Amino acid sequence: MTIFLHELKRSKISLLIWSCAIAFMLALCVFIYPEMKSQMDDISTMFADMGSFSAAFGMDKINFGTFIGFFGVECGEIMGLGGALFASIVGISALAKEEKEHTAEFLLTHPVSRERVLIEKLLAVFVQIIILNLISALVTVISMLAVGESADAEIMFLLFLSYFIMQIEVASITFGISAFIKGNGLGIGLGIAILLYFLNIVSNLTEDAKFLKYITPFGYTEGAEIISNSAIEMKYVAVGIGLMAAGIVVAFIKYRKKDIG
Amino acid sequence: MKAIKTENLTKFYGKSRGITHVNLSLDEGDFFGFIGPNGAGKSTTIRTLLGLISPTKGSGQVLGKDIVKDRIEILSQVGYLPSEAVFYNGMRVGDILTYSAKLHKTDCKDEAKKLCERLELDTSRRVDELSLGNRKKVGIVCALQHKPKLYILDEPTSGLDPLMQREFYELLTERNKEGATVFLSSHVLSEIGRYCKHAAIIRDGEILVSDSVEKLGHTGVKRVTLQGAEDIPQIDGVKNVTHEKDSVSFLYSGNPKNLLSHLTNIAFTDFTVTDPDLDEVFMHYYGKEDN
Repeated sequence: MTIFLHELKRSKISLLIWSCAIAFMLALCVFIYPEMKSQMDDISTMFADMGSFSAAFGMDKINFGTFIGFFGVECGEIMGLGGALFASIVGISALAKEEKEHTAEFLLTHPVSRERVLIEKLLAVFVQIIILNLISALVTVISMLAVGESADAEIMFLLFLSYFIMQIEVASITFGISAFIKGNGLGIGLGIAILLYFLNIVSNLTEDAKFLKYITPFGYTEGAEIISNSAIEMKYVAVGIGLMAAGIVVAFIKYRKKDIG
Repeated sequence: MKAIKTENLTKFYGKSRGITHVNLSLDEGDFFGFIGPNGAGKSTTIRTLLGLISPTKGSGQVLGKDIVKDRIEILSQVGYLPSEAVFYNGMRVGDILTYSAKLHKTDCKDEAKKLCERLELDTSRRVDELSLGNRKKVGIVCALQHKPKLYILDEPTSGLDPLMQREFYELLTERNKEGATVFLSSHVLSEIGRYCKHAAIIRDGEILVSDSVEKLGHTGVKRVTLQGAEDIPQIDGVKNVTHEKDSVSFLYSGNPKNLLSHLTNIAFTDFTVTDPDLDEVFMHYYGKEDN
């Protein structure tokens, strides 16, 4: 587990900053809810009247008057986009940063197989995502207790679970791409996360674009859907798991034979 | 068993040439120099031997193991120093040495300490604050601390001051006497001439010659110096003419009798004929095709 521990040690500051930033935003969201609750009736009516703009963000199907409704959309955006950006950064840089910083030569001239490098690095990526999500969930629960709000535990769990699966999928896809690039892949990683996010917005705008939900992992993190169905849309998750596996398999195929320049 | 053996080892990067039909053979216990200018294919050969890049054609064995199939077994017995030693920014020298030892699954703290003392390396410094020479020292300790059977060193002395270069070669000579094999690439010919038993010269990705350093000096080319002379004999085979204050010197490759008969027509006070040094041998091989 030498490489795994080394990876975690190297990324602890970045993980701490991302976790704090996302957790802080979530806490902020929870703390402002009591203030907003009194005005919620007007806001809900306003959102309902905004037509396709509301639909794009899933706000047409949700009741802002309840905490879970508010959390599902507002906090979902933070956890979804923030988590996806983090996942894409750790995924894309896992392998590429060693080549960019010319440390791959150091690592791969030690008696470690490429497969071991891949497994330990991937594990480090997943563990970072787990830590980020645990901190975020914990801070959310503490904030809820602090403001005296409660929500259906199962739905809260499903919301966080969907964000977690989505981040694992984004990280796996960018990890696969990471095996192909030698330079700084940060732009590619962030670009993919943002593209997937916008694909979901487009898919909410028109029925014709509904199929995009199969492509983007944001399709199954839609707070409005999860809250109203009390379930995650498994058909989208199934495709997501397929893409996740594809990213990992591609990384193994490519990196095992890759020339390290 | 050979320490390194390659047969027609070839690497192309797409269409561009890396190395072509490289045949090397090193006995265990050898001190072998690999000579060539930048871009000749030294690093490509080394990186192929270490499994960093896959050969396009040909085969190779290191310590009797196949370079493609047995990469891990090879690397566990090899100490490698890259030409540009790069480490993880922000880490301290001591942490890098420990990480390298852990990847080798050995505890070599005592050996690392001894090496750091001899090379005057401060283990508490951060690697990104180090000078090129000090980074090289970190690389040297990483390559030597686990006491491997074979040392593969790519341009090992670049960046080291002369005192450190001497200390480094003393370390290598000690390890070589203990039975380890040393394979180093360099374009500093004097150090190859001084320390190596055998050497190979590579040009444009191909091995031009591989032999003992002693034999490489006997190329059929002679360095002729004429004291008190102003002219040189006007015959074929004369090249690399240098005029100094009171003498003229040139390399001659050809029939010695022909040279002697032409020398009788020239005025000079004294003359010497010597084997050229390694620099001149190198230039001889490199100049062959150009001339």
